[in-house]
Amino acid sequence: MKEMISIALPKGRLGEKAYKILADAGVECPAINEESRKLIFENAEKGVRYFWVKPSDVVIYVERGAADIGIAGKDIILEYSPDIYELADLGIGKCRMAVAAKKDFCDKRDTTLRVATKFPNIAKDYYNKQSREIDIIKLNGSIELAPILEMSDVIVDIVETGKTLLENDLEPKQDIVDISARLIANKVSYKFKNKEIRTICEGIEKIIK
Amino acid sequence: MNLSSSVFRNDEIAVYNLRELYQSYGYNLYKINRFEEYDLYARNKNFLVSENILTFTDTNGRLMALKPDVTLSLIKNIALGADQTYKVFYNENVYRTSSASNGFKEIVQTGLECIGKVDMMSECEVLMLAIKSLECISNESILDISHMGFIEGLLDSEKLSANEKEKFLFAIESKNLSEIKRLCNINGIPDNLLNILEVIVNMYLPLDKSIEILSEMALNSKMLDALRELSDIADAMKIYGLQDKILLDFSVVNNRNYYNGITFKGFIKGIPESILSGGRYDKLLEKMGKQSRAIGFAVYLDKIERYGNNESSFDVDALIIYDPALSYKKIINAVEEIRGQGKSVKLAVVIDNSVKYKELLKITERGVELLERNDKYSAS
Repeated sequence: MKEMISIALPKGRLGEKAYKILADAGVECPAINEESRKLIFENAEKGVRYFWVKPSDVVIYVERGAADIGIAGKDIILEYSPDIYELADLGIGKCRMAVAAKKDFCDKRDTTLRVATKFPNIAKDYYNKQSREIDIIKLNGSIELAPILEMSDVIVDIVETGKTLLENDLEPKQDIVDISARLIANKVSYKFKNKEIRTICEGIEKIIK
Repeated sequence: MNLSSSVFRNDEIAVYNLRELYQSYGYNLYKINRFEEYDLYARNKNFLVSENILTFTDTNGRLMALKPDVTLSLIKNIALGADQTYKVFYNENVYRTSSASNGFKEIVQTGLECIGKVDMMSECEVLMLAIKSLECISNESILDISHMGFIEGLLDSEKLSANEKEKFLFAIESKNLSEIKRLCNINGIPDNLLNILEVIVNMYLPLDKSIEILSEMALNSKMLDALRELSDIADAMKIYGLQDKILLDFSVVNNRNYYNGITFKGFIKGIPESILSGGRYDKLLEKMGKQSRAIGFAVYLDKIERYGNNESSFDVDALIIYDPALSYKKIINAVEEIRGQGKSVKLAVVIDNSVKYKELLKITERGVELLERNDKYSAS
């Protein structure tokens, strides 16, 4: 019997792009494009079930096995370090995690560095490796405001084009890591639904090559 | 032993079934004190799953710990003779922190250890018991096995820094092929090695079939030794008739400080994480100054508590209402008769709306009357 595969997609533009790749890989679900209030979309013939969740929650749904596979940004994976398989790089949603600060800022390493970020674990890890003492300020949005108001020295955030930074008189100082969307899988689902998940994986690999 | 699933939870049934299984292969129950001197864990921190330990001061001022691990206490206490093999199992509570619960958690753990003269036969027996342990819990189960020697041999063939090696191991653990390619690129790893890595990351087959594929790939004696050991295991599992239940997966990486040689993890369908974990841990014995070898595993029973709960939709078969004015004799005789029919009963003076019952009965002067029947959702 063919096993049903549950797929968690991140709400928003990235999720829509990712769905197109999945559909091209052979697991389309036309119901997903219809306007409706439904939360779960199913295509029994292809054996798939999709649902939209908050982007940062995809890793949780997959780690806990509520979704067998999902699409998550590398930033979210690094921040939460879930116990999952990372099966493919979709090559979409490309950007980078970087340290940014006011243009005239120079880190002299003579004081504790104040770091504002949405990604405290990534920031901690980055500065730990440099044995740098930091003061983390966890924010949930408008990170750029922190250095302007002198609440922090630097920010650790996602940089796509750098335009937002520039408009606020900030600039990227160091790159931390490249980010893109990844196909992730629950470790136990990968074992019991191996054939189905491998087929999706291979379908995706053909497209992104 | 036949334990009714309507009375016992799955984890409770498993405790008894596992005990029966282990005893039938000559493993003895080993009981350990709940407390252990903290010093034991402080000296062996590397071998613990988490460094957080629940401590308290004993009446004589000694720092004690609620044990976070059973194996350490076990090894400390076992007096090994030169030619002896200790085969023991335990069923104990351990105290650990977990990321999901903020704070300490009491975990019921059943485990099995084979310590002393551990040859290939003992190793195969332990693996067979691991597979059968999973079968005690579910008929859809898998044991994944890996060998540290194979991966280490593979990475040793290139001169990698400890830091880079760690990155490779993590990428293998998460089956992250794009990261492996990136790492190979940075470190100038030759293509033939990348090809092997690609095969072992994507391959997920029964052990015997995997070995056929890998036999061409050994680059050095370390890898060859590992393959030979895995091949012996595959042969033995075939004789036990369990060859379909054991798969090779190098992403199974257990605590590398603790284990050497084979490591394994067990899964059952419906639980999103491993419920059994184990391997060879000769290093730990070495560190504790014992000249012997050891292999063992633990089953995390807390994880199966919710598994496949054939949740009975009823609390009781019969809710029995009685008139307090009736004689005890009348009430007791009526109740015992209903119980005699194999039904569970709950006696009450008035109807309790919080009780879900199949039948509502009333004891009156004339005998037992049926007031209501709710067999719609009956599970039995």
